[in-house]
Amino acid sequence: MQRLTNTAELKVLRDNLLQAQDPHRPIVRVCRGPGCLAVGADKVSQAFQSAIQSQNLEVKVQPLVKDTGCHGFCSQGPLVNLAPANLCYVRVKPEDVEEIVQTTLVKGAVVERLLYSDNGTRYKSAADIPFYRMQQKIILQNIGVIDPLDIHDAIMAGAYHSLAKALIEMSPDDVIRTVEISGLRGRGGGGFPTGYKWKRTVENARENPGPVYIIANGEEGDPGAFMDRAIMEGDPHAVIEGMAIGAYAMGVNQGFLYVRHEYPIAIRHLAAAIAQARALGLLGKNILGAGFDFDLQINRGAGAYVCGEETAIIASLEGRVGEPVTRPPYPSQQGLWGRPTVINNVETWANVPHIIDHGAQWYADLGAPRSTGTKIFSLVGKVKNTGLVEVPMGISLGALVEEIGGGVPGQGRFKAVQTGGPSGGIIPYELKEEFTDYHFHPPDVKPADKMELSVDFDSMAQTGSIMGGGGMIVMDDHDCVVDLARYFLRFLEEESCGKCLPCRLGLKGMLEFLNNFSQGKGAPADIDALESLGKALVDGSLCGLGRTAPNPVLTSIRYFRDEYLAHIVDHHCPAGVCRDLITYRIDPEICNGCTLCAQTCPQVCITGANQQLHTIDQDACIRCGACMDVCPVDAVVVD
Amino acid sequence: MKPARQDIEIILEQYPRHPQHLINLLQDVQAEYSYISAEHLTLICDHVGVPVTQAWSVATFYKSFSLEPRGEHEIKVCLGTTCHLKGGQRLVEACERNLGVARGQTTDDLKFTLDTVKCVGACALAPVVMVDEDYLGEANMVILKKRLEQV
Amino acid sequence: MSSSENPQNQVISFTIDGQPVQARPGWTILETARHYRIHIPTLCFHPALKPWGSCRLCVVEARYGKRGKVMPSCLNPPIEELEVFTDSERVLNVRRWVLEMLLAGCPASREIKKLAAAYGVTSTRFAVTDPEEECLRCGRCVAVCNEVVGVQALTFGSRGVKKVLETPYRVPNNACIGCGCCVSVCPTGALQKRLDTVRGDLSRRTGHGYAH
Repeated sequence: MQRLTNTAELKVLRDNLLQAQDPHRPIVRVCRGPGCLAVGADKVSQAFQSAIQSQNLEVKVQPLVKDTGCHGFCSQGPLVNLAPANLCYVRVKPEDVEEIVQTTLVKGAVVERLLYSDNGTRYKSAADIPFYRMQQKIILQNIGVIDPLDIHDAIMAGAYHSLAKALIEMSPDDVIRTVEISGLRGRGGGGFPTGYKWKRTVENARENPGPVYIIANGEEGDPGAFMDRAIMEGDPHAVIEGMAIGAYAMGVNQGFLYVRHEYPIAIRHLAAAIAQARALGLLGKNILGAGFDFDLQINRGAGAYVCGEETAIIASLEGRVGEPVTRPPYPSQQGLWGRPTVINNVETWANVPHIIDHGAQWYADLGAPRSTGTKIFSLVGKVKNTGLVEVPMGISLGALVEEIGGGVPGQGRFKAVQTGGPSGGIIPYELKEEFTDYHFHPPDVKPADKMELSVDFDSMAQTGSIMGGGGMIVMDDHDCVVDLARYFLRFLEEESCGKCLPCRLGLKGMLEFLNNFSQGKGAPADIDALESLGKALVDGSLCGLGRTAPNPVLTSIRYFRDEYLAHIVDHHCPAGVCRDLITYRIDPEICNGCTLCAQTCPQVCITGANQQLHTIDQDACIRCGACMDVCPVDAVVVD
Repeated sequence: MKPARQDIEIILEQYPRHPQHLINLLQDVQAEYSYISAEHLTLICDHVGVPVTQAWSVATFYKSFSLEPRGEHEIKVCLGTTCHLKGGQRLVEACERNLGVARGQTTDDLKFTLDTVKCVGACALAPVVMVDEDYLGEANMVILKKRLEQV
Repeated sequence: MSSSENPQNQVISFTIDGQPVQARPGWTILETARHYRIHIPTLCFHPALKPWGSCRLCVVEARYGKRGKVMPSCLNPPIEELEVFTDSERVLNVRRWVLEMLLAGCPASREIKKLAAAYGVTSTRFAVTDPEEECLRCGRCVAVCNEVVGVQALTFGSRGVKKVLETPYRVPNNACIGCGCCVSVCPTGALQKRLDTVRGDLSRRTGHGYAH
């Protein structure tokens, strides 16, 4: 690759690449997001490669197969998009590839059976599918389109164009002002204004001259959230470009990408992207001849949720245990090696190039007034269309779950949404009460309308939850809130660093309360005690992990106290989840006597002859659910 | 088995002698040898210039480090929120019964290590199990057993 | 906090429990309170060590204008016109719960029983795992060995509820010079019993960090 020595050369390169492209050349885009990989997308991609390379392919132009990042519609994977015909095939199996090649690539016809269909309607292109139609893709626009391992593909899609613009048209202060006016707030969950953070850091560095560092936080630890993963895997150059622009604005020469070690593909793609950007002179010394030096280094996380906290990331980068330290001093004052440091989430950095390209006002007009722009959510759980969606902030929760998500599948009833991961809350679909003032919120923000809860930073905070990283887990009436609250406490108890007492002992203590509840033990007064303990953790803990850890418990008590009481007073789990309060039974009407359950039961407590009704010995049953999992006719029911 | 292991000296020389590389080195040694032996821990400490106590606290704090040899294959059952709602917990227990080890442990023949992971980001296909680097979506014990017979 | 936080070398006037007080440059809220003999309980704080903020017993409620925040007094410097409350309801809620949990976490410690009783906490609802346990993982011993003695002979291993004071591979550490500083700073006396798990073979002492 030829090193680019000025911004004009970048434009020439892009123009040449675009001109060299044959607009009629068929492109097969195979999604390699985590969801599609789990159902065999790599085999689909290989099948395309070998089918196209085979000698008897009768096409004028050799089609191009691209392995791309996540297309978003995970529940329909593996997904394949074909250009220029603009077709979207869903649930593609390696066996289907030959037919796609012969029918679509050779004859130009459509394989009808592989199109997405819903309620009798077949959708040819992705843009028409309701799941995609209501989205507004800005950060995701190149993800699923470009080949993340090819910088030329990214440059054709516009990568590094904003960096060039910033370098020649804008002063560093202009960049900071633009980001500030855009209203961009941190996408990691806190929602801190990004431009303000940058400004403070630059001011601190002026008072105390020396190096400044920037860090991208890719330790995406919230369970049920995979937005950052999709960005790093599908469009790594967006993060690199955003960081380079930030580095220019703040006079930074060294940046760090802190990536979760469970994301090996993201690490590989980022490493490749950095190497290619360096070769083109988009990273390193004298970037695009503008006299500005900036380079990036990847640091892998080592398996600690708390390292999503910014002071813990710094400790980890310095080679120490990820124990947070108290703020102030903030990282913008004394961060990595005691120097002013800016830590932004991966998605936040990926927003920056778009703001520089289209301007602050364009961005400020997107979304809601105090929560500008778009936000990526991972919509998962008991919802029909699961996957990754990008929507303008301020969209109503109902629209997100009902229209994009397509509602709850099967017979279930939509019960609640869990947002913000272990730091967030469990929000009922229909909020049962007026908002209380437990959480501080600015006086000029009115509590959101009860039915039309808007998805933005401030409205979510008013419910007692937080918007968080963007995980949105839908629960139906077969999900127990006591069990879910208990799940999060167990998660956090394992992930607490153990430095401060309220978090280390408090999470264990809260879990003891909930373990009792899930066994039907305890008294109604214990619910109040648990609430009081939760508030002690909110006030007393050192870092964000402990201060937000009680949120799932506090919100579930606030909105679903009845369900807690059902466990404690009636010794009954209404959702049929809590193991000590349920029994498994075989429905005599349905059981066909296949003996599978009896063979599987680890307690050997299911009896019944072949072709005869089976029964469970309740005294010996440990309620492991193995019988329910294997029953081919769903005869095992929970009471 | 893996190909011949890289010499520890080669791994060490990839990083400058600075405490900031402690975690990187531990990760590389973990990946290469499947655990961090006492001898390697000391060599790493000497290389980056930190006391053994610091390396010990780091190696025991982060979940991705193991101080004992791990199995040839790693089975990681996802316990993210969605997998939890869709029965991930039951799946881990079934694995424990079938392999005869508790989570975090390795079978006696050093073939499998059973572990849990906090969300691998494939929530749409919950519950998910990872066998080494492969994902198994909508997993249950029947699917998993079949997969384990193949390795 | 360093004195650079109060650049003009001016005293800071604020109130603690309604009483007007003045902090000298660099003082934290706790240091100011101690100067005025206002009692704030502490366990992990030690004047010879950098404040670590792990026990959270020293929390106070700081109000500035309409906003109130509960914060540890050992780590936070005051600002002008701050109103500090050492025993507001929110503060007592944190303190009582921490003490009740400590009664279960360190059931053998007389010091903690005494402190808890002073706040009316005499029994605990939480499960006791080790009736002999006295160590609350406050980190004073680790800090004195690192910061003051400079030999780093002991550390914390693992994390969260499993966090434990230990030496690498849980064998006595020959880096230990047997100075006993860790024992003397321990707020509950827990280290006295386990000194031999830290201290290595005295005859093998080398010059490294030892009595130069």
